[in-house]
Amino acid sequence: MSGSVVGNEHLSDHAARDLASKRIIVGYGFWIFLLSDIVMFSAFFAAYAVLAGETAGGPSGHDLFDLTNVAIETVCLLLSSFTCGVASIGSRAHNAAMYYGGMAATFLFGATFLLLEIHEFVGMLEEGAGPTRSAFLSAFFTLVGCHGLHVTLGLLWLLTMMAQVFAKGFRADILRRVLCFSLFWHTLDIIWVALFTVVYLMGAGG
Amino acid sequence: MSEARRADRAPGDEHADGREVADGLRGYLVGLLLAGFITAVSFFIAGTSLVWQPSIPIALFVLAIGQMGVHLVFFLHLTTGDDNANNILALAFGVLIVLLLIVGSLWIMTHLNHNMMPMDRLMPMQR
Repeated sequence: MSGSVVGNEHLSDHAARDLASKRIIVGYGFWIFLLSDIVMFSAFFAAYAVLAGETAGGPSGHDLFDLTNVAIETVCLLLSSFTCGVASIGSRAHNAAMYYGGMAATFLFGATFLLLEIHEFVGMLEEGAGPTRSAFLSAFFTLVGCHGLHVTLGLLWLLTMMAQVFAKGFRADILRRVLCFSLFWHTLDIIWVALFTVVYLMGAGG
Repeated sequence: MSEARRADRAPGDEHADGREVADGLRGYLVGLLLAGFITAVSFFIAGTSLVWQPSIPIALFVLAIGQMGVHLVFFLHLTTGDDNANNILALAFGVLIVLLLIVGSLWIMTHLNHNMMPMDRLMPMQR
């Protein structure tokens, strides 16, 4: 990166290429945060993997998990990742229809995912398979619940970003926040991939 | 975006034009199809009796890691480009920590389980 201060009118092609754009620096910083979030999730994954067999005579994943429900949740989250990508392209192109449409679709898919997850949790609690039943269920609710909490916060952030673009327009600083939001949302989908594989697919098979 | 237009802008002000929109959409669509395909294979393999049963967890692991790669490349746009070197290095460090945490925990806990006295003999000794 060039350290010298160059007046705007003298900003040559060379210097313009040497300066990392603010967008790239912001993305990098947020990526570091996301990696720390992933490290936190990996601790919950480790706890789950250690405790997955400790059912204390209670129900195991094989008895509890409904893979059809999980498949629908997965499709919702995957489609929401796609529509989030469409929205981020729309924001960079200053295309309001594409941005708001993409964000609204992302919200609907994300909210559907969340409702399905809450429905699953309530069903398990009614069966007496709450987080207090066994170490396996404590680890399960911590891990999956933490992801669900992230999705909830992501949905709130999504609405905030729609409101900010509505109020302030496609300004460069707002667009960087949209970039951070889309990185966050895509990362949640990556964590869900690990989650449905390790928790649901392996749990239901075992 | 042409070189001449790029030089006109302040860093950070990146306005996508029509071609970039089409390219971007194509990228997300390819990612969606690939990820959807891998997910479908994962769900199929988890429930099938067609393949040798002990290979299923390994196949699921490999598919999950493959799908994470697809997400990183097509959704998070992690590339080998110049401006992405820092992101890749951070990711490599993150993966190292994640592996240490998960493999280390599993390793230690299996050994502890293996070495621990059975519970029915341990409980009376604690009185």
